[in-house]
Amino acid sequence: MLNTVVKDIKFPELPYAFNALEPYIDAQTMEIHYTKHHKAYYDKFQAAVKGTGFENMVFGDLLKQISKSPAGVRNNGGGLLNHDLFWNVMSNDGGGEPTGDLANTINNAFGSFEKFKEAFGSAAATRFGSGWAWLIVDGSGNLKVTSTPNQDSPLMDVAEQRGTPILCLDVWEHAYYLKYQNRRPDYIGAWWNVVDWKVVGRNFSKVNG
Amino acid sequence: MFELPQLPYAYDALEPYITKKTLEFHHDKHHQAYVDKVNGLVKGTGFEGAGLETIIQKADGGIFNNGAQVWNHTFYFDQFSNNPATAPEGNLAEAINRDFGDFEKFREAFANAAATLFGSGWAWLAANTDGSLEIVQTSNAANPLRDGKKPLLTCDVWEHAYYLDVQNKRPAYVGNFWKVLDWKVIEKRFSN
Repeated sequence: MLNTVVKDIKFPELPYAFNALEPYIDAQTMEIHYTKHHKAYYDKFQAAVKGTGFENMVFGDLLKQISKSPAGVRNNGGGLLNHDLFWNVMSNDGGGEPTGDLANTINNAFGSFEKFKEAFGSAAATRFGSGWAWLIVDGSGNLKVTSTPNQDSPLMDVAEQRGTPILCLDVWEHAYYLKYQNRRPDYIGAWWNVVDWKVVGRNFSKVNG
Repeated sequence: MFELPQLPYAYDALEPYITKKTLEFHHDKHHQAYVDKVNGLVKGTGFEGAGLETIIQKADGGIFNNGAQVWNHTFYFDQFSNNPATAPEGNLAEAINRDFGDFEKFREAFANAAATLFGSGWAWLAANTDGSLEIVQTSNAANPLRDGKKPLLTCDVWEHAYYLDVQNKRPAYVGNFWKVLDWKVIEKRFSN
């Protein structure tokens, strides 16, 4: 998606069935999240870029100068991009721990996998309002945990902490309210069971390789 | 110490427009958590013993977020009734006609503000110091008092306010909101 010209981006497929992440993320939440929220971001993004010239840019380049675009481009472009990464870092064969290079780099950066989980969980729990928690590779190749408001991405020039995301967690209430209501920490705890570390490891290798 | 005010009506009073389940979570969990958090955060700071309006005017970070959310939710819950006056009268009706054209145009503009606020936040009807009325959108916990405006009416558009009832359909929630909004309460706020 990042290397595609904006107007040529197709609405991405969900890589599994709505019920694939049960019981941690329920089928009803997945269905509404993907077919309503994600689809609305895609449709509104395409409508927002139409006739602006931004539709002819490569998506990744647009993100690097998103501060020059209207709010509708930033908000809906972020919503399109962020959910696509989110779906892809989860699977019904998830959970466990990272291996190989990523495991070593996490241990070096955070002390241990447990300490990484604490830092990431805290970023997700304390983001006030709507937003995302991220594991990113920053410009110096270091792993960092960060969070963004609303649909901002660390790939955008507006992000406080910029970098390439390799893992993300949606903490908009729509991501968890039907199953967990006000209990965001329970949602975060359950979510680790569906994180696909093979995919996150590949995302890491692509940035680092 | 701030205390959670009781809801001024039964949990099922606003059915079917705002459900009992939503009000139970919204009041007993969300509103309560903001009260508990601000009480914990002000301890040992200059805001210990301060009122919520002072916190809204002067605080930042967690104290502002949680303190403002206590005020915002109390203000929100207080304006509903199961036997509401569904349109303003008197001075408020005149001021709305003067500043928005007519009541229907005001409702459209307010509903649009509520529907388009991106992310979590609030739509407000507020009075400026010169008496003119204005529709304001704020993100997260922000409150027009901070900008010297007097809030008269508010619609909570955090997803927790409507997701159990209407999921992604925020405009449907705003449509339901009008059915239980008591304009007698808004008139009283306006005349004070």
